Amino acid sequence: MSDTFQLDGASIPFKAGQTVMQAALAGGHYIPHLCYHPEFKPHGSCKVCTVKVNGRTAASCTMPAEAGLSVESNIEEMNGLRRTLVQMLFAEGNHFCPSCEKSGNCTLQALGYDLEVHTAGFRHMYPDRPLDASHPDILLDFNRCILCELCVRASSEVDGKNVFSLAGRGIAKHLIVNAKSGLLKDTNIALTDKAMQVCPVGVILQKRIGFSVPIGERRYDQRPISAQALDDAPRQADASGSCTACEGTP
Amino acid sequence: MTDLNDKLETAVHPENLRRVAIDPVSRVEGHGKVTLLLDENDRVHQVRLHIVEFRGFEKFVQGRPYWEAPVMVQRLCGICPVSHHIAASKAMDMIVGATLTPTAEKVRRLMHYGQILQSHALHFFHLSSPDLLFGFDSDVAKRNIVGIAAAYPEVAKQGVLLRKYGQEVIRITAGKRIHGTGSIPGGVNKNVSIEERDYLLKDIEQMIAWSRDALALIRQLFEQNLDSYNAFGRFKTHTLNLVREDGALDLYHGGLRARDMDGNTLFDHYDYSHYWDVIFEDVKTWSYMKFPFLRSLGPEQGWYRVGPLSRVTQCDFIPTPLANQARKAFMAFNGGSATGATLGFHWARMIEMLHAAELIQELLHDPDLQGSELVSKGQRQERGVGVIEAPRGTLIHHYKVDEHDQIVRCNLIVSTTHNNQAMNEAIRQVARQYIDGRKLTEGLLNHIEVAIRAFDPCLSCATHALGKMPLQVELLDVEGDVLSTLTRSADGAFS
Repeated sequence: MSDTFQLDGASIPFKAGQTVMQAALAGGHYIPHLCYHPEFKPHGSCKVCTVKVNGRTAASCTMPAEAGLSVESNIEEMNGLRRTLVQMLFAEGNHFCPSCEKSGNCTLQALGYDLEVHTAGFRHMYPDRPLDASHPDILLDFNRCILCELCVRASSEVDGKNVFSLAGRGIAKHLIVNAKSGLLKDTNIALTDKAMQVCPVGVILQKRIGFSVPIGERRYDQRPISAQALDDAPRQADASGSCTACEGTP
Repeated sequence: MTDLNDKLETAVHPENLRRVAIDPVSRVEGHGKVTLLLDENDRVHQVRLHIVEFRGFEKFVQGRPYWEAPVMVQRLCGICPVSHHIAASKAMDMIVGATLTPTAEKVRRLMHYGQILQSHALHFFHLSSPDLLFGFDSDVAKRNIVGIAAAYPEVAKQGVLLRKYGQEVIRITAGKRIHGTGSIPGGVNKNVSIEERDYLLKDIEQMIAWSRDALALIRQLFEQNLDSYNAFGRFKTHTLNLVREDGALDLYHGGLRARDMDGNTLFDHYDYSHYWDVIFEDVKTWSYMKFPFLRSLGPEQGWYRVGPLSRVTQCDFIPTPLANQARKAFMAFNGGSATGATLGFHWARMIEMLHAAELIQELLHDPDLQGSELVSKGQRQERGVGVIEAPRGTLIHHYKVDEHDQIVRCNLIVSTTHNNQAMNEAIRQVARQYIDGRKLTEGLLNHIEVAIRAFDPCLSCATHALGKMPLQVELLDVEGDVLSTLTRSADGAFS
């Protein structure tokens, strides 16, 4: 008999070493998240996956599963906090969904819809973030970066290239490119890199693709992100270390 | 009226005159106002149509990747976004060096004519029919679409359903009724399935029939009000529009044709990719909207009119049978008098609505709509110009894209901008005819608005030249007295 913990009243089995998030997703239970990705080390930075564990809040992507835990996730208190976090992410960058080519395929947008983020909530900061269009095939639109570091981890852990990094502290933290010039054209990034596939928003884009996928055929056009979690479960890497169901764009 | 100021653009001594403002002008797209300056005897000295909105699309599209433009710039407008969507796409076709596949061009044409249908229906039924059916100075409380629905329920229903049909054509071709993504650089992102085609085919006969009814209605109104409709806001003007190679009406593609007010051709089948050699834009200190003119005639004499009235009268024929027949009847009516009348716009617009419905039917029977070759590309170019005939007139999109695929320059000349001076002329003429020397009433002032509405202006689209417009900021005290004023001139200098 495997150990279990309680998640919103359901009994969730887990294996030793799994986090609350890993065990929940493996069991077909969705916990909202942005920076978690089963192929990379847990990061715990976006805090959207925060749950109540035995009455105290914790990031479920870094919280080790333990027998007998009482975890509350899909409750108004937690969803309200998640809503606020998503509002802050929208306010901090320049997210113009109406003309963004990632619209419909964007995890942040899908999460916003799913959490019923109906208002801005905060005054938009309108940061000045120029594009890096220097690479012949890849565009970087920093306006939409949410600092999840998925590209940083993918480039480092899977691609072995360290193309991306975060620089600065606090509100000044931002995504940079690891080149003397600071430009993507001077890195060895390739279209086939894992870092090209994991951006949950519209920062790292293959050029000249744009709106070639029509409305209605984009990932989140038909069903909300929470409903798709069941299709994707178990959201964990296979023996080869890949999880195709986890990419922002299938 | 003083002889010193027969043009009515600028009063000689504005300081002693009474100012009357129509603010906002109602039942038009966007926000504008009209100001009149009158003396103590109610004589008119100055009439101006002001556009008080401020847009910045030409500026904030700079730096964006070119493939984003067709989706971004259509946010200029919620009424005819398809026009900007397609004009930008045509410009981007040049950027990617594409020659469209038959499927791509026909899907785009279907989208565009769906747009023409819904926009013309919206304008005629929702915005203008209250003036035409109730009278220009009728009870203001009823002079709206709700009043029409109560007094003429069948007319209102047809207006709503014609518009809905056009919106459905757009949804199927663009993905959404408003602000879709169907047109992309070099083609389209979807075709029209058999199911979608059959869904649209089942109602198209009804749409054609209702379009014919609307045409009959506007003709009947002209017959009933022959003298007043012919004279209302009438003025002579040059014209500009696209025509197909054989001179036919074509709202999607063609060459530029300009004729002077006497019907002499100034240029014909002109390649629009060098439009700036024949059209230039003037700036006036009192309006956010530019004043385009034909270069050969200069800014004072070179202003012109675009839109349905110019297109229908200046094309050689219309390539669908019912609309062509309707055009002939329009041109022949009362010796051709309606072709020069400001209210002739409505008649011409209904001919185009019928043409759009006929073309939609023709396109729906074309198997190319189900083709799978959606996108093409060729030799990459630095500059792209896209021109279409939008519901309100000639629409020009012009972009320059650098080697990194970023837009570095954008110029938009929007239909309503072309009509800027023509609209001002129309309202000045109406002021001379109906207002000069009379005690003002709401009904008289509505005559001014009726003249503006005939053009179906979209004031939101027409104002966008960030950083180039003259601007005046006034600091007022609590009594409303001016404490200080900061003025930026058209050349950007502050004083």
